[in-house]
Amino acid sequence: MEVDAAKAIGAGIACLGMGGVGIGLGNMFGNFLAGALRNPSAADGQFGRLIFGFAVTEALGIFSLLIALLLLFT
Amino acid sequence: MASDPIHQFNISKLVPIEIGGLDFSFTNSSAFMVATVVAAGAFLFVSTASRGLVPSRMQSIAEMTYEFVANMLRDAAGSQGMKFFPFVFSLFVFVLVANLLGMFPYFFTITSHIIVTFALAILVIGTVIVYGFWKHGLGFLNLFVPSGVPGVLLPLVIAIEIISFLSRPISLSVRLFANMLAGHITLKVFAGFVTSLSAFGVVGIGGAILPLGMTVALTGLEFLVAFLQAYVFAVLTCMYLNDAIHPGH
Repeated sequence: MEVDAAKAIGAGIACLGMGGVGIGLGNMFGNFLAGALRNPSAADGQFGRLIFGFAVTEALGIFSLLIALLLLFT
Repeated sequence: MASDPIHQFNISKLVPIEIGGLDFSFTNSSAFMVATVVAAGAFLFVSTASRGLVPSRMQSIAEMTYEFVANMLRDAAGSQGMKFFPFVFSLFVFVLVANLLGMFPYFFTITSHIIVTFALAILVIGTVIVYGFWKHGLGFLNLFVPSGVPGVLLPLVIAIEIISFLSRPISLSVRLFANMLAGHITLKVFAGFVTSLSAFGVVGIGGAILPLGMTVALTGLEFLVAFLQAYVFAVLTCMYLNDAIHPGH
């Protein structure tokens, strides 16, 4: 029983990592929007880089979600 | 939990083969790898079989995929990198089709197993190392020595560069595998909420609309992730190949 409880606690703690990714993604999209509003003509050219940064950053959040899911379901 | 969300990743043997104590069985994973290659190959073959100056819809998709990968490689590695185009194109199409095939219900997602993605990543890094040493000899080691670093910091920087280089196959494979695994588990968990909520009678069935809508939205997100991860895998491959072609910083 204690192991199950520790697993649940660990899964909860692991999910904290996703908060950092939330901050990072918010920063990224916010800055992109700020830049895009200042120079809308250059925005489309940088969209690929935005998506690339999104995927690389989001992967880190997925890692912590993965740890949480593995703790819960294996 | 009503249904086990991990069950979808089970590997089952379709044709058991054992040679000299080693397991060479044809599994459902192998079957879907074959299906991926056949689907991608058949699509590219059919769409370019009747080539026209004004492309048909299918031909446009094939041409757009080609242009997309070619531009990606040219931007990252320059025109010298174009000799790696068949390699990068095959990798991109294989990962993309494997991810998209995995989105069908009851289909097996081969990229959700780390051994598959790790084999792909090792293939990329192995190509980088072999080509780098073959092309530049020991000059390839310049990759680990950034220019303009003060001598005092140099040992530390070189150590960091080597560790970052060695962790590339791990981060490349874990990124793809973890995204597909976590995405599919999340889908299953939310789908499980629908059935367990509707066990509570009328109120539960009404409430089950929320996780059902969430499942639909997540499926849309998963299609985006399936494409994005194939794209990121290909872009990072291009960047690593660029290191092999131009090792100086």
